Amino acid sequence: MRDLFRNTPSLPVFIAVLVVFALGVTVLSEAYGLGVLSTSFVKTLGKTACLALVAIAMDLVWGYTGILSLGHFAFFGLGGYMIGMWLMYARTELIVLDSLAAAPLPPTPGEISDAIASQIFGVVGASDFPMVWMFAHSFWAQMALVVLVPGLLALVFGWLAFRSRVTGVYLSILTQAMTLALSLYLFQNDSGLRGNNGLSGLQNLPGADAIPQATISIWFFWASALALLLTYVVAAFVVSGTFGSVIRGIRDDEARVRFLGYPVEGFKLFVFVLTAVIAALGGALYYPQAGIINPAEIAPIASIYLAVWVAIGGRGRLYGAVIGACVVSLLSTWFTGGQAPDLNLGVYTVKWVDWWQVGLGLSFVLVTLFAPRGLGGLVDLVSHRLSPNRHGAPLGPDTGALREKEAEQ
Amino acid sequence: MNGSLLEVSAVSVTFDGFKAINRLSFSIGPTELRAIIGPNGAGKTTFMDIVTGKTRPDEGQVLWGEELTRNLVGMDEARIARAGIGRKFQRPTVFEDQTVFANLLMAHKNNRSPLAVLFYKPKRQDIAAVETLAARIGLAEQIRRKAGELSHGQKQWLEIGMLLAQDPKLLLVDEPAAGMTLGERERTADLLKEAAKTRAVVVVEHDMEFVRRLGCKVTVFHEGSMLAEGSLDHVTRNQDVIDVYLGR
Repeated sequence: MRDLFRNTPSLPVFIAVLVVFALGVTVLSEAYGLGVLSTSFVKTLGKTACLALVAIAMDLVWGYTGILSLGHFAFFGLGGYMIGMWLMYARTELIVLDSLAAAPLPPTPGEISDAIASQIFGVVGASDFPMVWMFAHSFWAQMALVVLVPGLLALVFGWLAFRSRVTGVYLSILTQAMTLALSLYLFQNDSGLRGNNGLSGLQNLPGADAIPQATISIWFFWASALALLLTYVVAAFVVSGTFGSVIRGIRDDEARVRFLGYPVEGFKLFVFVLTAVIAALGGALYYPQAGIINPAEIAPIASIYLAVWVAIGGRGRLYGAVIGACVVSLLSTWFTGGQAPDLNLGVYTVKWVDWWQVGLGLSFVLVTLFAPRGLGGLVDLVSHRLSPNRHGAPLGPDTGALREKEAEQ
Repeated sequence: MNGSLLEVSAVSVTFDGFKAINRLSFSIGPTELRAIIGPNGAGKTTFMDIVTGKTRPDEGQVLWGEELTRNLVGMDEARIARAGIGRKFQRPTVFEDQTVFANLLMAHKNNRSPLAVLFYKPKRQDIAAVETLAARIGLAEQIRRKAGELSHGQKQWLEIGMLLAQDPKLLLVDEPAAGMTLGERERTADLLKEAAKTRAVVVVEHDMEFVRRLGCKVTVFHEGSMLAEGSLDHVTRNQDVIDVYLGR
């Protein structure tokens, strides 16, 4: 543990900032404090913590290992679906039991099950439970599925892709195809997950009707902050030490790592599956706060946003991913929520709801071109951490030595 | 010279109709230093690619081990590396974004499976071994610096150091002296001669002066097969060698 702190100077700072922030939000919240922050804003903050969490996963897989995955939001969404199934089932079960309690004869288990099914699937014209809902009655089974379903998908997909040595942009396209296929499948009504309606009402925890949303929102905020903290610690553990050296080596020169005797495919697969599971846990915390999940959440564009956050925040540093996710998603909430004042240019009025995405795209291009280290690079200015810049300098100790140009040949 | 460590027999490989390696045979003993020379396109680098598993030969065998019991053909690069073959590329390929220490520690012989690496904590003797090695390659003072800040010659040494850290039984070294100053060359030759006392070392080199400094048996490649073999003086007197290589 001491090694972890020594190798990751950002860890104590991050923990301190997060703890102070969580205490601050609690003090200002409606449920436990002054009531300055609205419940919906607390939910936004909790959701943002989950997004920061999945951004760390993306940074591990892209910034450190060099795999530009455009599928991690699919794992995030799958985690959300898994927890959403239990939430919907358990809550509908309570409602159904309540309404059947008045019946003269006590309902049979079959009747209860049918009643729940027609409640949930009436919207897509079905009244039977599909196979995929067979564990939905059990909280623990669904929690296990939160980890198992995305984990297994990542394992099988990653094994096939890495074993064939698909790398670079081709791998990105493959992951995007996986994401697209998954979201198109979920859009179908007979996918068993209510098609484009998705799962809704997730903010109502079963059996917690008496507890106000203000309180529940702050609980979820705490859980999300704690999960973010743990993810940061796990990620710091993974990237410090020799494992971190190896995955950064894979990013910079995969073939060389192979000649050192490391099974590159095994390392990639490990990181891919680990980050898929982290993303899924993030999704399982996010969607109860969002209240609704539908296949649009899984569409490839979401995973592309994820890459944009990490790029803007700064790849290859954990706090960069967190900064990127928080800044961009909070700004996005602000601009698209209609709170940003319109910009009157005389001839044309810029409405931010429409123009925000253009601005985001532009800033992505600018960051990529002019500040590849992203917002996290600002930290370097303070800490004077400079990377070698040898351009034009002689590479050897004296004038007979090779020049940079020759060495590149 | 009884008992070889590596025996390449009648290996051929064709790229788009071009026969890069043509029924090549080659063998080396367990503690031998060998230089391979030959004009461009003679198949020197392809030969290394075949031994290290980067290129799969169309025919022939690559036998390996004290008893020559393992066939390397069909094994992937990482497994061949774990079997004890280390390779240094022509261009120095070190991990520039990481310190000299991290580079050497990564190469240090250990369990290479992902989980073992994840929970690996360098023991005191591992750190000591890395520091000793850094001193041996003359980078003791640079050990905390990033590899990208080193000079070209120092990077070459670091890469040789990484090879030694792997503790391979056979070292394949591609043009180690390219771009080095005279002093750096001497030091590199000494490093390689030293290494060959305990393991087999194959050096591919263009520079005759450097080969002479190594003072070892020389194999001449030409058009994908072996043209001549013997001491440097012996092969430089060979009329075929003069015709294809030295005469130009």
